Amino acid sequence: MIGESRLRLVWIYPDLLSTYGDQGNALIVERRALMRGIEVERVDVRSDQPVPTSGDIYLIGGGEDRPQRLAAERLRRDPGLATAVGAGAALLAVCAGYQIIGTEFIDDLDQPEAGLGLLDVRSGRGAPGKRCVGEVLAEVDPALGLPVLSGFENHQGVTYVGPGAKPLARVTHGSGNGTGDGTEGAYAGRVIGTYMHGPVMSRNPALADLLLTWATGVPLTPLGDHWHEQLRSERLRTVRAAAAN
Amino acid sequence: MSGNSVPGQGAAPRRSPEALPPRSKLAITASRVTAAISRRAGKGSGSVIGGKLALRLAPDLLAQLSVGLQVVLISGTNGKTTTTRLVAEAMRAAGPVVSNALGANMPAGITSALAGAGDEARYGVIEVDEKYLAGVARDSDPVAIALLNLSRDQLDRAAETRMLAEKWREGLRGRDAIVVANADDPLIVWAASSSKDVLWVAAGQTWQEDSWSCPQCGGVMQRPGDDWFCSQCDFRRPSPTWSLAGEQMVDPDGRIWPLHLQLPGRANRANAVTAAAIASLFGVPVEAALERMKHVTAVAGRYDVVDYMGRKLRLLLAKNPAGWVETFSLINPPPTPVILSVNALDADGKDTSWIWDVDFTQLAGRPLFVLGQRRLDLAVRLEVAGLQFQVFETAAQAVAACPPGQIEVIANYTAFQQLRKTIKEAAQA
Ligand SMILES: [Zn+2]
Repeated sequence: MIGESRLRLVWIYPDLLSTYGDQGNALIVERRALMRGIEVERVDVRSDQPVPTSGDIYLIGGGEDRPQRLAAERLRRDPGLATAVGAGAALLAVCAGYQIIGTEFIDDLDQPEAGLGLLDVRSGRGAPGKRCVGEVLAEVDPALGLPVLSGFENHQGVTYVGPGAKPLARVTHGSGNGTGDGTEGAYAGRVIGTYMHGPVMSRNPALADLLLTWATGVPLTPLGDHWHEQLRSERLRTVRAAAAN
Repeated sequence: MSGNSVPGQGAAPRRSPEALPPRSKLAITASRVTAAISRRAGKGSGSVIGGKLALRLAPDLLAQLSVGLQVVLISGTNGKTTTTRLVAEAMRAAGPVVSNALGANMPAGITSALAGAGDEARYGVIEVDEKYLAGVARDSDPVAIALLNLSRDQLDRAAETRMLAEKWREGLRGRDAIVVANADDPLIVWAASSSKDVLWVAAGQTWQEDSWSCPQCGGVMQRPGDDWFCSQCDFRRPSPTWSLAGEQMVDPDGRIWPLHLQLPGRANRANAVTAAAIASLFGVPVEAALERMKHVTAVAGRYDVVDYMGRKLRLLLAKNPAGWVETFSLINPPPTPVILSVNALDADGKDTSWIWDVDFTQLAGRPLFVLGQRRLDLAVRLEVAGLQFQVFETAAQAVAACPPGQIEVIANYTAFQQLRKTIKEAAQA
């Protein structure tokens, strides 16, 4: 994007991985760019289409177990995303998408399935009947400079962060990676994975701005964010109050 | 069981509750007493708690109560309460009907409704929650089963949508019932594909986001115009015998019928076509079915127009993205104000992420007023959609901000119930 007039935002496989309002993250990035005068070209890539290599920001959403396997099968055959990430594009992957960009996950047939290896995380399946569902609060790795994250999680998987990545945040409420070590999500370079949907940017617009900063290479003008802030404080208050009881 | 003789002809007389085994009679009596106590305590109709007790005392009660009744089951993500009401109205042309008209659609509520039926009832028209369809179909030995549509709904606690279609497909395999199924919904066609006798209805599908992936092979679905087919296997849209075509219905003989319903919207016209198709299985002529359906104005408070603070509020219930999108297509054009209310209590699902699946830009140009426990989630959603809106804490404040005249009110489940309660209390004050 640097030096070019338009930001290219690529949303991968809305036909398979768009179960938890994932379009929201695309809409929020798009809006926050436009409000700063950055023109956006949004490309929604269906699972029978090639992933373009020229994007600046890539998004992958959450999905059910079978679509997750189908998406992984198709993405493993398509070098587009790996090429783009290798060239410095930013990537946010949520829930099923988070597992797919790791090295391995368990698919709907209970088989280990190779991920894309874009982030050093490995996912297994949690104990039967122990699905992680509910509100999440998490303190972000200070190196990223983001305020506390608020989100909603709904997953059976547990994800282990390998030496090539760092935990994105530490939960103060909710399960996060589900490994019992209090971590939530992971990141390395410009690749971020998280179990938080919501969609995560509706409550955490700073995450959208982080991706935009990476993509544009320039500091962004602050926005008003009245309703985002109202929502954030209502969620933080409600979840903390529930935890205190 | 006797239910599957030629529909409408020679049905066995209904076995009255008096003829049931003693244990079942006891169960029914106990359930009625429990329901009455629950009602008196102000805890709703009491049908669910009564039915739960009865089923605990006699687990095969639903099967016994279905003997001698010709049963029709109706299920799907959206429109089942309304369709059940339309089918019940149409079927009354053929004989007395018992129905769970208030939407108590799990086994306990269904048992309670059947236990409360008079001896003369010949037809049982039953709404069934999607998760219980296979079990209720096994117990009640239905003559017909209507499968309306399947889409995402309360994903934080419900089964995955495709898994549900798969469960239906397995549960309905080998049943004798005639399945009346929506040919325009690929997941419904998949669910019906194990049934030997299917009557296909072109009932349309406005929300398509849950059926881009072939349920048979995982291939990408192609959807040119009203048609659909898998790009990788033989799974494709079956040709329908009944169709909704705009404002009209086309019957199996190709006759065209205008649909003059009082219930608004495309989805209700589709429900009426399904209802007419079902009624015809029991010998009800199309004229008679449509004539009877015409008189339905509101269903369990939905579509009701009520007076409140000198305005006329039309109450519209929408519980999931497919429901919201259908509702947007039936509301009055600008400048009619629209009140939107969203809660996230247990009955709604606690995850509000679904609001990002709804295309709110369809509301552009309308005055918008936002309410509900999760009004701030909605406010962010509307702001990102680039819409103008105002946020209020109470219904009274929002309505006061609207000019006198008509207001469209769209709310999800508990938000809808709360609004009805507020309005009822104001009317009584
Ligand atoms: Zn296929």
